[in-house]
Amino acid sequence: MDNLLLSRLQFGLTIAFHYLFPPLSIGLGLILVIMEGLYLKTAKPIYLQMTRFWARIFGLVFALGVASGIVMEFQFGTNWSTYSRFVGDVFGSALAAEGIFAFFLESGFLAILLFGWDRVKPRTHFFATVMVAFGAHFSAVWIIIANSWQQTPAGHHVVAAQNGLRAEIVDFWQMVLNPSAIDRLTHSIAGAWQAGAFFVISVCAFYVLKNRHLEFARKSLKIGLWVAAIASLAQLVTGHSSAITVSRTQPPKLAAFEGHYAEFAPADMYLFGWVDQKENLVHGIKIPGFLSFLVHGNSQTPLVGLNAVPETDRPPVQIVFQSYHLMIAIGFGLIALSWLGIVLLWRGRLFHIRWLLWTLVFSVLGPQVANQVGWASAEIGRQPWIVYGLLRTSEAVSPSVSAGQILTSLILFGLIYTLLFALFVYLLNEKIQAGPLGEDMSVEGRRA
Amino acid sequence: MNTVIDLNTIWFFLVGLLFAGYAILDGFDLGIGALHLLSKNDRERRTLLNAIGPVWDGNEVWLVTGGGALFAAFPEVYATAFSGFYMAFILLLFMLIFRAVAIDFRSKQPMRWWRNWWDFSFSLSSILTSLLIGVALGNIAMGIPLNEQHEFVGSFRSLLNPYALLIGVTTVALFMMHGSIYGMLKTEGDLHDRIQTWSKKAVVFFVLVYAVSTLATLLFLPHMSMQIRNNPIFLALPILNVLAIINLQWQIKRGRDFQAFLSSCAVMLCLLAIFGLGIYPNMILSTPQIENTLTIYNAASSGKTLRIMLVIAIMGIPLVLAYTASIYWIFRGKVKLDANSY
Ligand code: HDD
Ligand code: HEM
Ligand code: HEM
Repeated sequence: MDNLLLSRLQFGLTIAFHYLFPPLSIGLGLILVIMEGLYLKTAKPIYLQMTRFWARIFGLVFALGVASGIVMEFQFGTNWSTYSRFVGDVFGSALAAEGIFAFFLESGFLAILLFGWDRVKPRTHFFATVMVAFGAHFSAVWIIIANSWQQTPAGHHVVAAQNGLRAEIVDFWQMVLNPSAIDRLTHSIAGAWQAGAFFVISVCAFYVLKNRHLEFARKSLKIGLWVAAIASLAQLVTGHSSAITVSRTQPPKLAAFEGHYAEFAPADMYLFGWVDQKENLVHGIKIPGFLSFLVHGNSQTPLVGLNAVPETDRPPVQIVFQSYHLMIAIGFGLIALSWLGIVLLWRGRLFHIRWLLWTLVFSVLGPQVANQVGWASAEIGRQPWIVYGLLRTSEAVSPSVSAGQILTSLILFGLIYTLLFALFVYLLNEKIQAGPLGEDMSVEGRRA
Repeated sequence: MNTVIDLNTIWFFLVGLLFAGYAILDGFDLGIGALHLLSKNDRERRTLLNAIGPVWDGNEVWLVTGGGALFAAFPEVYATAFSGFYMAFILLLFMLIFRAVAIDFRSKQPMRWWRNWWDFSFSLSSILTSLLIGVALGNIAMGIPLNEQHEFVGSFRSLLNPYALLIGVTTVALFMMHGSIYGMLKTEGDLHDRIQTWSKKAVVFFVLVYAVSTLATLLFLPHMSMQIRNNPIFLALPILNVLAIINLQWQIKRGRDFQAFLSSCAVMLCLLAIFGLGIYPNMILSTPQIENTLTIYNAASSGKTLRIMLVIAIMGIPLVLAYTASIYWIFRGKVKLDANSY
């Protein structure tokens, strides 16, 4: 294997692993703010208990997010040095801003959130919780801006530097508000809220099924369901908007999403299908003209197809098609599930329907899978470009690093991530099994 | 020397400041880790862990932000250093993760083997992290072979040369000294007194290796002391450094832990300032092809980016200092173990 392929594998593996945790932190952060806010407002101890339990889980998730994030920060330099030389001037500042504004905020106030219960006043504590949630959202903002810039570069010009070309910034705000930034940001944040909400829902549905901590579970579940129901609709709206942006900025990517080959023709939408990459067509169930309709409001409007793009400029179609369709399917599933939950909650029936509760227990996987495959379709659909239209992935790797070294690091990361993940699952299970009863409600309440 | 302070120099200074913040803050928790196994029983080990409990994670943010600032201000250096020191950095990252795992998971189970294993991991990863940081600094001081594309053309083995290893050991000693003093600040009674004796030994150890590495630098890397020789005003730095070391030892003897800690911070600042002065205006010296050297000019981002970043820094740094200070204030005082603890 060559160092290009290995570096891509390593990047994909490490970012996918990192991205298991930040969405949970972002979503749980929001939910913690709601819970502690309710506590301050009502002074009911149950809300304090809820905040404390979920704060402990947050602490665990955060630790893994940080451990895996540090790797990401340096990987641009270690494995993609040519890319780093090319983009540093433009989006390095986004990364630096992320450190200064987001990471310091989050990690600083997290100490108060976790360890400061009896050191600061309740209002100060709530303030710390808000800041932690704020920091988590901010961490997402800057890195997603950086990613969006490499998808849809703007506000820059390309100049000849001493050793090759590089992009230099011309207009900071144009760089920040590049054509896909807002769509990608809102869509990813909504995805993170879903991840947090369904996580809470899942644990609480499990408690209800097992007849444990009932008051705690029902109250938490209710909050989770509302967040999930709203976020899942936001997901649809922002996802639709993302697709329209993709059709304008990266037509070959959109064509790969739906396996749309015909050069310039109305495009169909598949409910599911299989791409035949030899014959350049898709077998499956489709709604004729529906992609054109979604993008242009008219099912007859032609869209650019893959055949119009030179073969060297096309992304791999099958994997992009499949991951995109999986995301959409999950998206509709989660909308249905969360709104069904809300209606039944309204009618007072939710906690009696065991199959539905079991479905909720497993629903935690939905947003996680959708987040992963959503990114896979966005990132693999961007190929063969690393910076869209400007720099090819194949030209971006570090020339001084050998395949052997990358293989070694890949194995090392594989090992330590397996270990991390096993410990995460184990400790999470411990905390869930111990439940919120471990929380002493006196002033010196304890983290069991 | 050019006496006009330009934007590139400001950024050289600011990136240096972030890494100095990292060294001073994470330095003490790495030092605590290096000494961790000397403590006697579970209670003591937990006390040490909780001395750094609420802050170690925030301390690492200085490294992350330093890396981000380096990427933005000097992308060529970021690209060259991290790809050039590939294996060393991968090991460093591996150690940092491992260390985080050890801190987080050690006290989650009561079993003896569990805790011993994580104690050992915590200590080993702390020592290796410090060593690797020092080795990287040593190589930067010496210079490394770069080609015209500014890519590293040496081997991993060549990075593990005697001089770099010497700087690595010096860094371990420095962090041990710094960490032990921080440990005294956070403990009381028996443990405190024992840490005080470690501290005295750590000072001796540090002074010895520091003397050797200074000698080696003066003899073999004359370029590192050129600025000081040309501008005697900079002699103030090494003098201040020696005074701080003397003061530190005296304060430890008198049991004034906080003053000792401040002196120890001053030592670190002086050392980094001397280092920065030594390499300035180069960032990565290329040997033997000097003409491929990365300087603060040919490695920097455009003036526009440096200016934008300056605005970000001016807004951000006061905030960062404010909440760093408030966290340390809220968690001041001796460690008291409770169920919120690690
Ligand atoms: C909970 C997770 C989740 C769910 C349920 C959905 N998505 Fe999504 N989607 C993501 C999580 C996600 C993501 C992981 O966050 C991505 C990757 C990059 C991005 O912008 O968001 C993404 C990317 C992404 C893109 C590509 C953006 C690009 O390439 O730049 C489109 C067009 C959509 N989504 C559209 C949708 C639609 C129409 C959905 C129907 C409900 C949907 N997504 C559900
Ligand atoms: C390649 C891209 C990425 C890089 C370089 C990166 C870098 C990092 C780093 C260095 C940390 C540790 C911060 C600390 O020490 O406190 C971190 C944590 C975090 N990252 Fe990433 N990250 C990437 C992708 C993402 C994405 C796409 C998101 C969100 C949508 C995200 C959200 C977060 C959050 C919320 C944290 C805080 C830790 C947590 O809450 O779990 N990151 N990241
Ligand atoms: C958090 C969610 C993300 C996921 C799951 C993700 C996923 C992936 C995957 C699977 C690849 C390999 C693609 C291939 O080689 O075919 C990749 C590559 C890459 N991604 Fe992302 N990505 C994420 C966020 C980001 C962000 C925030 C950035 C940058 C700011 C980024 C920058 C890159 C780069 C530089 C590569 C390597 C070059 C390439 O293969 O195109 N990614 N990503």
